Amino acid sequence: MSIDWHALGTVLAVTLLSTVGLVGVFTLGVVGLARPAAAAARGGAYVCFAACAAAVAWGIWLIVAK
Amino acid sequence: MEHMTLLIGIVIATALVFDFTNGFHDTANAMATTISTGALKPKTAVAMAAVLNLVGAFLSVAVAKTISGGIIDESAGVKPEMIFAALVGAIVWNMLTWLAGLPSSSSHALFGGLIGATLVAVGRHGVHGEAVVMKVLIPALAAPIVAGLASTLATRLSYRLGRNADPAATAKGYRAGQIASAGLVSLAHGTNDAQKTMGVITLALITGGVVAPHADPPLWVIVSAGAAIALGTYIGGWRIIRTMGKGLTDIQPQQGFAAQTGAAATILASSHLGFALSTTQVCSGSVMGAGLGRKGAVVRWSTAGRMVAAWGLTLPAAGLVAAGAALLTDQGTWGVVTVAVAGLAICAAIRTAARRKPITHTNVNDEPAAADATATEPQGAVTAAIAAVIPPPVGVPGTTPAPTA
Repeated sequence: MSIDWHALGTVLAVTLLSTVGLVGVFTLGVVGLARPAAAAARGGAYVCFAACAAAVAWGIWLIVAK
Repeated sequence: MEHMTLLIGIVIATALVFDFTNGFHDTANAMATTISTGALKPKTAVAMAAVLNLVGAFLSVAVAKTISGGIIDESAGVKPEMIFAALVGAIVWNMLTWLAGLPSSSSHALFGGLIGATLVAVGRHGVHGEAVVMKVLIPALAAPIVAGLASTLATRLSYRLGRNADPAATAKGYRAGQIASAGLVSLAHGTNDAQKTMGVITLALITGGVVAPHADPPLWVIVSAGAAIALGTYIGGWRIIRTMGKGLTDIQPQQGFAAQTGAAATILASSHLGFALSTTQVCSGSVMGAGLGRKGAVVRWSTAGRMVAAWGLTLPAAGLVAAGAALLTDQGTWGVVTVAVAGLAICAAIRTAARRKPITHTNVNDEPAAADATATEPQGAVTAAIAAVIPPPVGVPGTTPAPTA
């Protein structure tokens, strides 16, 4: 009986990277929006949210394409 | 095959009942933290989860085609009676864990049931031991750890990045993010779990000779399985939602968001790579992880311990019930009838027991301890009225263990 360490490791790496990345980017966006009257922060925040939306769309595409 | 029709009909009905229990058992996965942080109202949350589960059921039929995931040898002589026994085992275990408010895996209950029934009806050669280890046991161990680790790190990072931000101004943003990631979990749940039931029904239809082997599930199977899981989700397993949303740890919107994102990422990554894992275990793991990631958050290890014990028991317990049921159904028609009657009686008894301490969308967010204290009183309204007029007795009701149920 062989344990597929490679697949397990891939799941671990992908999950860690995508979770921490998504949450980090989204947090930056939320923090940017919370800062009052800073146009640059606002713009940056929307870029962050767009990146998150793209990641979610890719996730849904993964479900459908499977 | 005319004489098979009634039995197949019973199997299909039982499969839909299992799908229904699967739905309300697993509402908590996507929505427990969304409800407990107040991101969505309880009824709105379950309605959203139900719709997304239904949508998910239509997205793909890949899982349905390999229902047992190679765990049982479908060519070794699978009979409708056996599938029926397996489903009864899975339903009984799902109902019991729901009564206890424990988030256990519906998929493991189904696998356990199939394994137990196969061992009795076909014998050892009907079960692929290696597939059980590789596809069930290893993901069961790894999934909560991976999801927990991911959401711990994400929670830490999120609190670090946002340490100077005003919590009141950011909470709204995190709640929005939480709703989105909870939606993703619901969708993934629909594609995985609704399809397991579709697979079971299709398998029953194939063994009865109604559809050709290796056929896609017929449309009515997809529709009815999707509808059953969505209905179950909408009814809501409030007991389990409370455990996951309030019982394991106190969740803030920021943590809820990290937990849901971690769960969604784990489910998507692993199902894309071909691991069939339990949505329930992933979500519980990530909720625990989010609890560990915030400084000062309370993680209730006793509740977590009970939950992990239920995870360990799920496979053998559902298998045992299914094995007993398979022994009976092998005896012929009277055996099937006995199992059906016994299964219905057990479900009715559990429902009655649950009625004694009802948990609904109205009280799901109450603190578990406080709610238990009031609920242990048999005549809640009367005792509450008495308690209101007389001074509190020496023994606080909450400190006495629940005598009933």
